[in-house]
Amino acid sequence: MDTESTVDGLAGPAVRYRHWVANLPWWPLAILLTVLLAALFGPWLMPHDPQQMNLAAALRPPAWQAGGTLEYVLGTDNLGRDILSRIIAGARTSALVCAYAIVFSGALGALIGMTAGYFGRAVDAIIMRIVDIQMSIPSLALALVLATVLDQGLGTVIIVIIVTYWTWYARIIRGEILSLKERDFVALAKVAGCGTLTIFARHFLPNILNTLLVLATLQVGQVILFEASLSFLGLGIQAPDVSWGLMLADARGYIANAWWAITLPGVAIMLTCLASNLFGDWMRDTFDPMRRQV
Amino acid sequence: MTDTAIDTATDRTPLLAVEGLKTYLYLRRGVVKAIDGVDLHVHAGESLGIIGESGSGKTMTSLSIMRLLPQPGGRIVAGSIRLNGVDLLQLSERDMAANYRGRQISMISQDPLASLNPVFTIGDQVGAPFRYHGLAKDEADIRRSAIDVLRRLRIPSPERRLDDYPHQFSGGMRQRVVAAMAIACSPRLLIADEPTSALDVTIQAQMLDLLREIQHSAGLGLILITHDLGVAASVCHRIAVMYSGRIVETGDVREIYARPAHPYTQALLQSLPRLGEKKRRLYSIAGQPPSLLDRPRGCAFAARCAHRMPICDESPPPTVQAAPGQSAACWLLKS
Amino acid sequence: MFLLKRILQGLLSIVGASIVIFVISRLSGDPITMLLPVEAPPALIEQTRRDMGLDRSYFEQYVIFARHAIGGDFGQSYRWQMPALELVMQRLPATIELACAALLFSVMIAVPLGVLSAVRRGSWIDRCGNVFAMLGQAMPGFWVGLLLVYFFAIQLNWLPAFGRGTFKQLIMPAIALGWYPVAAQTRVVRSAMLDVLDRDYIRVARGLGVPENVVIWKYGLRNALVPLITIMGVYFAAMLGGAFVIEVVFAWPGLGRTVVEAVFARDFPVVQAGVLITSILFVTSNLLVDLSYHYLDPRIRHGH
Repeated sequence: MDTESTVDGLAGPAVRYRHWVANLPWWPLAILLTVLLAALFGPWLMPHDPQQMNLAAALRPPAWQAGGTLEYVLGTDNLGRDILSRIIAGARTSALVCAYAIVFSGALGALIGMTAGYFGRAVDAIIMRIVDIQMSIPSLALALVLATVLDQGLGTVIIVIIVTYWTWYARIIRGEILSLKERDFVALAKVAGCGTLTIFARHFLPNILNTLLVLATLQVGQVILFEASLSFLGLGIQAPDVSWGLMLADARGYIANAWWAITLPGVAIMLTCLASNLFGDWMRDTFDPMRRQV
Repeated sequence: MTDTAIDTATDRTPLLAVEGLKTYLYLRRGVVKAIDGVDLHVHAGESLGIIGESGSGKTMTSLSIMRLLPQPGGRIVAGSIRLNGVDLLQLSERDMAANYRGRQISMISQDPLASLNPVFTIGDQVGAPFRYHGLAKDEADIRRSAIDVLRRLRIPSPERRLDDYPHQFSGGMRQRVVAAMAIACSPRLLIADEPTSALDVTIQAQMLDLLREIQHSAGLGLILITHDLGVAASVCHRIAVMYSGRIVETGDVREIYARPAHPYTQALLQSLPRLGEKKRRLYSIAGQPPSLLDRPRGCAFAARCAHRMPICDESPPPTVQAAPGQSAACWLLKS
Repeated sequence: MFLLKRILQGLLSIVGASIVIFVISRLSGDPITMLLPVEAPPALIEQTRRDMGLDRSYFEQYVIFARHAIGGDFGQSYRWQMPALELVMQRLPATIELACAALLFSVMIAVPLGVLSAVRRGSWIDRCGNVFAMLGQAMPGFWVGLLLVYFFAIQLNWLPAFGRGTFKQLIMPAIALGWYPVAAQTRVVRSAMLDVLDRDYIRVARGLGVPENVVIWKYGLRNALVPLITIMGVYFAAMLGGAFVIEVVFAWPGLGRTVVEAVFARDFPVVQAGVLITSILFVTSNLLVDLSYHYLDPRIRHGH
């Protein structure tokens, strides 16, 4: 964080702000905002009820193709459900999964990482061993084991993602803490008799917040891909909930008849991931100029 | 190193003649005029020292001669580089690689220790010039040639060490290996770019001995690039002093040491601690060389020069004969 | 010494993985309820419980589980009526074949693309590579698979949409599975090559008149291999996981699809055996990566 932050510091907050704004990744931001709006205001934006079947209007192509109507802008699936409405509903699911999964895996990982880094020795050794073990099971395989045990649905997806990703946060936060705890203010706090929790909350947390934010942004794309894969397998989101992965799983059954049904939800996944990856890269470059390998 | 030898040498066509060389680096922040009009020549059997601070264009000169400028962006925009009358700048890249680099011109670059590829054996690397210049019939022949050249540089039991990797050699030995690669195909011109700056003092001395020895026995032309006047004096016949992309003074090494004509050379010599002298405060030249992105209209050294005149800021100084075989680019000499 | 330490670490990871799998599958509650009908008499339930060792402590149960696992006994598959491990081992070669083909595909794309991107930095090929990498990391593999099926099997009718046996059937699953790693591998090769091509020894090689393509593809690429191998190992392992999904898309008769089906059938022994075997492969391939350093980098080989 050294060179660049000193340069920024010299430049003063106004210039720094302008520098940020000039380099903001505009179109990734626009896509993410669109997804977020769709998630928040979905029910008001949807032209149709995403569950509403209308067999008379089944397999309508998108509006710009012959046979398409403006009533169903992006066409309908084999049950006559409006694809646009379902994509909007899927955005809501994705946002929900991301929000819960990221907040909880981040919090859990950060807490465990702080514990390992701060206490060191045996605690650190044991925790890092557990991280190693966890990482020796491919995440999707772990998800399958969990899915066998738990009831399938939104909750399980979130739990599976938390269980898979906390190690990622824990490892990186631990590294940060290792260097942080050597600094004077931590030693002073200890001498002053601050309890462990106070040190965590008052001294560690503000210092790792940047890293946490960067990690969280970079995780968005991965969570979306992961959720889509699980739902595609039928182990994630279950009908009547709507998810992009689930839409693709359904569309697979009539793949030959409706190109729009197997492409459009995928495009939604791709654009969202692309945008969040690019935004995450920008976050990392801006808030974490050392470009630690995350 | 007799004067007569050099005098007769000047009459012949030089081995290497560089004329009006301009090398620019086209970077995002602008055009860096790394070399802005350089003339120099080297005769067979002669050694020329190019001296200057870092950023003066010494290394760019050697890379221009090799045509190995940093890419993207490095380009030779004007001038000619003739080796035995052949303009290297007119050759195709393929011809240059196949028949000149490593064959007629070789280079020992800044840090001999970093010059060896860590994941290939010494045999592979020393054999490379033979392999790619078609000087060996088969693998056995390449091996034999590599052993020969390593032996010439007095590396003990080369046949056993051929399959070793660079990290298994001592610093001094690695250096000899690097020199062996450079002289493998008996080039006519050897360019040594700061061959000693990365080394500690004892190995430095060995390296200079090695260079002198190579030059004497092979009779090749040597260009020694250095910022160290002492190193140049111990090896070179002639010296060219570079400043900000141009040669400001050139001449016989002893003449220049005795009677430097250009104020920059004078300043450089003053900053050199001399043996036997009482330790005075070391003289150093005030100020910085001008930015290569935006060179002043007149003399580049004017801003730091003790003898600055109005004309120095107006137009670039002409090159003037200061003494027989010694010339300098300075307005002082014109008046 | 190093080798021994790494192997021990690997073993520890596998033991840990087995504990994780054991704990999670016990979390599900009583396996009895899965095995026996709800209306089974209490005496039979008690009997089965004792037979299966479910009346002992969890630690003892794990020891029994582990002892059986080491002996290759994960129990009988409820669904396929054969030993779970036997089933898993029967399906494993198909998965390894697929993962290897996918790795080969990704390396065949990533190495040339990465090298050329580095050599012609900033050129159109570099930019294309960059876009490609971005897309690769944003497209789920199963969707790539579906698109491939749509274009090459349904529209163009060039390749069979599913199954295993012929080379043609291998192409699309391999591309779909290898798609994601291409991006990361291209980036790694590019940055490693950029680093290497700046080194003195590369300039020296050029200065010796070594032809440019030899400089790049031999002297340069050889030095970029260590990071490439690392990432290849990481992604080979990741592909063992990714295969779970891709195998379903292409009805590839491998381990992944078998485990997914077992999950739906609540066929615990098969899930446990399949996941544990996957973990062992995962750990082994990471171990092999570490060992390959020794072969590839003579400095490490000689303990420097």
